Amino acid sequence: MIRLLFFSLFTIWLLVACEKTFPPLPDDAELLDGPVEGLSEAENRRFLAGDVAFNDEVFTATTGLGPLFVSTSCGSCHAGDGKGHPMNALTRFGQWDDTGNQYLHLGGPQLQHRALPGYSPEQLPSGAPFAKLLPPANTGLGFLELVPDADILAMSDPDDLDGDGISGRPNWIALPAYLTARPDAVSQTGRYIGRFGKKAVVYDLLQQSARAYNQDMGIASTYEPFDTYTSHEIDPEVSNQTVQDVVFYLRTLKAPIPRDTDAPDVATGKTLFGQVGCAKCHRPTLRTGPSSIEPLAERDFHPYTDLLLHDMGPELDDGYTEGSATTSEWRTPPLWGLGLSKNSQGGQYYLLHDGRAPNIEAAILLHGGEGSQSRAAYQALDAAQKTRLLSFLESL
Amino acid sequence: MKHISTSGWHKIGLFALLLPAANAASAQNDSTWLRRVPPAATDSVPGKMNMDAVYDRPFLQMGKMPVALGGYVEANTAWFATDGVSEGLSFQLPRLTMFLSSSIARRIRFLTEIEFEEGGREINIEFASLDIQFHPALTLRGGVVMNPIGAFNQNHDGPKWDFISRPVSATQMLPATWSNVGFGLYGKFYTGDWTFGYEAYLSNGFDESIISNPENRTFLPAAKENPERFEESFNGQPLYTGKISVRRQNVGEIGLSYMGGVYNKFQEDGLTLDRKRRLHTFAADFNTVVPHLGTRLLGEWAWVWVDVPDTYGQQFGSRQHGGFLDVVQPVLRRKWLGWEKAVFSVVCRLEYVDWNAGTFRETGGDIGDEFRAIVPGISFRPTAQTVLRLNYRYEWQRDILGNPPVRTAGWQFGVSSYF
Repeated sequence: MIRLLFFSLFTIWLLVACEKTFPPLPDDAELLDGPVEGLSEAENRRFLAGDVAFNDEVFTATTGLGPLFVSTSCGSCHAGDGKGHPMNALTRFGQWDDTGNQYLHLGGPQLQHRALPGYSPEQLPSGAPFAKLLPPANTGLGFLELVPDADILAMSDPDDLDGDGISGRPNWIALPAYLTARPDAVSQTGRYIGRFGKKAVVYDLLQQSARAYNQDMGIASTYEPFDTYTSHEIDPEVSNQTVQDVVFYLRTLKAPIPRDTDAPDVATGKTLFGQVGCAKCHRPTLRTGPSSIEPLAERDFHPYTDLLLHDMGPELDDGYTEGSATTSEWRTPPLWGLGLSKNSQGGQYYLLHDGRAPNIEAAILLHGGEGSQSRAAYQALDAAQKTRLLSFLESL
Repeated sequence: MKHISTSGWHKIGLFALLLPAANAASAQNDSTWLRRVPPAATDSVPGKMNMDAVYDRPFLQMGKMPVALGGYVEANTAWFATDGVSEGLSFQLPRLTMFLSSSIARRIRFLTEIEFEEGGREINIEFASLDIQFHPALTLRGGVVMNPIGAFNQNHDGPKWDFISRPVSATQMLPATWSNVGFGLYGKFYTGDWTFGYEAYLSNGFDESIISNPENRTFLPAAKENPERFEESFNGQPLYTGKISVRRQNVGEIGLSYMGGVYNKFQEDGLTLDRKRRLHTFAADFNTVVPHLGTRLLGEWAWVWVDVPDTYGQQFGSRQHGGFLDVVQPVLRRKWLGWEKAVFSVVCRLEYVDWNAGTFRETGGDIGDEFRAIVPGISFRPTAQTVLRLNYRYEWQRDILGNPPVRTAGWQFGVSSYF
């Protein structure tokens, strides 16, 4: 009887103690994935549907993959919704000026360098200009999508009228037929402001998602119905609902949460970030416009970008471009989540558009063109100041 | 493993198959009609090896009928959390398995194993073979055979194991339970305390799903989803499986096994589609009992090589390896609550799988896609054929890039018993 009592008490203790034996929940600030706070229950359901489509759905030959492709799923390129790894780098090719892509008949603008068994993947045409591009982090995209065009234009200074050496400008792009310009859109000769992609040639998250399905995975949709192998229009291989669920998922991913913000080095580093001029392009704070998703509407957020194109000089000129950008112009990448990039890149940094910078300092030192003044100012800092500035960037 | 549609005549056929079992159950009080035939304890019968596992099971013999019935059931409950997020408590009936064996004539016998998985969602014929013995060293086996790769695939009955979950290396890298239609030979030789065994089979085999599947990795178990493999080979090429093993009485057993063949459809209607692409698997297994301590050690390690097209990227690995080690330490053997030979054991399993061994072409860094687990627990066997198990399981799963691992841990309690 005593043994039975002991056994019962042990079992009860075990059940109570069970949760203590589970792996702890990581600090939310250490993760890039997860929804923005304040979604309704219905929005949570839609977020989960998009999460499954984005992270769990793997395409195979029988579900439409390829036959030429870059990756088999969305999640393959965006582990934990973070920045990508060189294994998943895209190669885009065929354009060197604003006259358009001259290699569309040879598979441009994106190289599908993988193929199902029995098929030959695309080869980069001889002499074609190209750039390798790492997949970006997904977090906070919904906030960036909601920045009013007028606010982006207010940050631009294409002729450097203020004489600070920074002359950001938007990439004016033509919209595909399936897109509708946002209500507050500003257009210029029938073109609109692109804000996603390394060269800012993507208008919104629907275009980004539909293009990724098509060009990255070889999945046709009603939005992008042409097979990347035959160039023929084919039946959709993914439903509109799934694409829209993925768009909703991307739209409602939370903004990265800064860490160690109270640490003295981080606070000092933030001040130095402004002093050396980084914040002229990597704008700390933007504001969203109206949205039907309440947690995204009319909010200040801190992406450290201006969504504009900047000339980065010969250091980052790969000889390839898109839209109206020149070959040395790149859209300012958001710096939020920078310190967590290693957690999605296999434990080490692969920074800049193609991952060529193995650490943050190397990335700073590769800033030329409009970034050369800030680079020089960074180089003029003493070692302790550099450490503080880097600590701040790591905290983002 | 033969997949059967759960509808129509198949269901009726299975029901008919189970009728004798129902009759047997109702007649259990009539000991003159229904006789329990226990399996021979492994160490008490000279020469009993892992390859004998399919017949090394308890059966119910009905009178003098040349037919014996058996089976086992497993029922579990589990409470897991991944990185602090739990889906709560769940209850599972992972499998209910029925055996039916028949001695057709002297040295000719038949056995089938039919498994109902996950409450009947899947019904599979895992084994259905006719054995014709010409000599103890030469038996012809034909039908649905369990390919003898490693030890677990042939010796997978739940009540034999002190752990609730099956080893990941055996079921998620190697494809246990993996069976195919085929023919082969097996036999044993005896010399003093030594027993030597061999098995060699030709069977239908894998298909291209092993490198094109929702797991997003080279995944041999994906081929189990193709029910057509019981009707015809995917590519007309046989899968070769062979195993040699040696056992020394009262010491233990070691086995070495190989399975390989062409997995892709390289031609159809006389047209060339691709070159032949092969896979090779090699496994080493052992089991032993430490003298005096009574500690039972058993394990299995396997290597997989798959000819993945260069054009396919490194998401799908060409090399895999992994295995498990089980340590079972009986701590109490005594009569308890009327059970004459009840045994309490403390157990621990270590597991490891690397689904994608190698380095990235782009960076030279190690490819991740690794799994580790440690599973301490306790087990209680009121009889040799019934086990109650309590396991604590902690897993680390790294993605292909080697990012910080996803950690999953939880408790499992379950029962498993032959009946």
